[in-house]
Amino acid sequence: MTRSFTSAATLDEAFAAIGAGARPVAGGTDLVVGARQGKAPLPDAIVAIDRIEELQEIDDTGGGLRVGALVTHDALVGSDAVRSRYTALADASAIVGSHATRANGTIGGNVMNASPAMDTGGPLLCFDAIVTLRTSSGERSIPIGELWTGPGATTAGPGELLVAIELPGPAPGTGSAYVRLEYRRQMEIAVVGATAVVTMDGGSVSDARIAITALAPTIRRVEAAEQALAGSDGGEGAVNHAARATAAGSAPISDVRASADYRIAMAEVVARRAIAAAIARARGGDVPVPASDALYGT
Amino acid sequence: MKTSATLHVNGHDFPVEIDPHLSLLKAVRDEIGLTGAKEGCDDSECGACMMLLDGKPVNSCSYLALQAEGREVTTVEGISEADRLAPLQRAFLEENGVQCGFCTPGMLVSATALLRSDPDPSEDDVRVALSGNLCRCTGYGGIVRAVRSVAGAEG
Repeated sequence: MTRSFTSAATLDEAFAAIGAGARPVAGGTDLVVGARQGKAPLPDAIVAIDRIEELQEIDDTGGGLRVGALVTHDALVGSDAVRSRYTALADASAIVGSHATRANGTIGGNVMNASPAMDTGGPLLCFDAIVTLRTSSGERSIPIGELWTGPGATTAGPGELLVAIELPGPAPGTGSAYVRLEYRRQMEIAVVGATAVVTMDGGSVSDARIAITALAPTIRRVEAAEQALAGSDGGEGAVNHAARATAAGSAPISDVRASADYRIAMAEVVARRAIAAAIARARGGDVPVPASDALYGT
Repeated sequence: MKTSATLHVNGHDFPVEIDPHLSLLKAVRDEIGLTGAKEGCDDSECGACMMLLDGKPVNSCSYLALQAEGREVTTVEGISEADRLAPLQRAFLEENGVQCGFCTPGMLVSATALLRSDPDPSEDDVRVALSGNLCRCTGYGGIVRAVRSVAGAEG
């Protein structure tokens, strides 16, 4: 097939190209890098969607947030609404790749690449994100947990384009954090990671969400860990209990970056740090973004 | 099939006829002839290919050239004025921030982006901002000193 390239200024133009067989590229930080590394060749027909303005907005929906698929990691980290209400997502976007990755890479690309090691996945899952997938003729919205089916695999059809991610407003008293183990500070992929979203009511934990990253075939929540934390006082004992449950709920692989045994051992450490940082933030404490650098709760 | 496009690099328009898969790095080096940016790893790890795209850093080896049409591309050749070195380039010489020189164009471009967004960065800010750029000579001390030496002076 002859190679072709078009740049879409509108969603209609994008769907016209997709209908004719083109595959979308946004920032190119996964697609093009993957091709360079030999994972998959670049598609013959490419439609660049990075200039579709209506997908570049972060809209405050009054309590919640609607994040366009083309919002960059830089824009997420720079958003006061994200930093204050969805802090774990700011933690994640702040450490994706390098400065160059964050300037060009988009939240939609990160989600649709469906890596079990993606940084933004845990926070989005714990915040009950709803993703909207559109085709030329309609759209559907599904919980983000129903999107990922395995490493690099989603339930999205070939004609569907992720257009937006809706985040419901977190309950008052909620704090959150995403922490990963990394071997270097930039251009790194999570060796393992954990997200905690914790709501405090008075002196006790009224709700807890805990998700694991690079510890299973997809990003997923660990119910036993959430139950270990919910109803507790959020003290050191409860945090350690939940962190151990997080590690026990992991099912990692061994690969070039870490063995499965090491990943399980480190799952407890990153979960403890994420939960402790989330609780500290829920209590009004100042834990800087990204929480990974703070080594909070070591 | 080759596609016609106009790339806007360092303030000039360059008409090109390129394959849709061609990277911005190869278009700028091989089609336009600006060879300051280097190909190191060719997959976004090392930063030797760093350019600015509308003022923000981009790993040009892993960015499709055609996606840059209509955007302002700046290479290391574009950070100096005519034949005069930019203060940052002079600082690299004075602080021995250059050993083999292969990483230098990318370092200069990343540091330029940093200084434009934060004219007075701390040493830690500099190290984080340059952490997507690898120096195979490990000459980071001189590089960081060079960037620090012009911090606060470029405002």
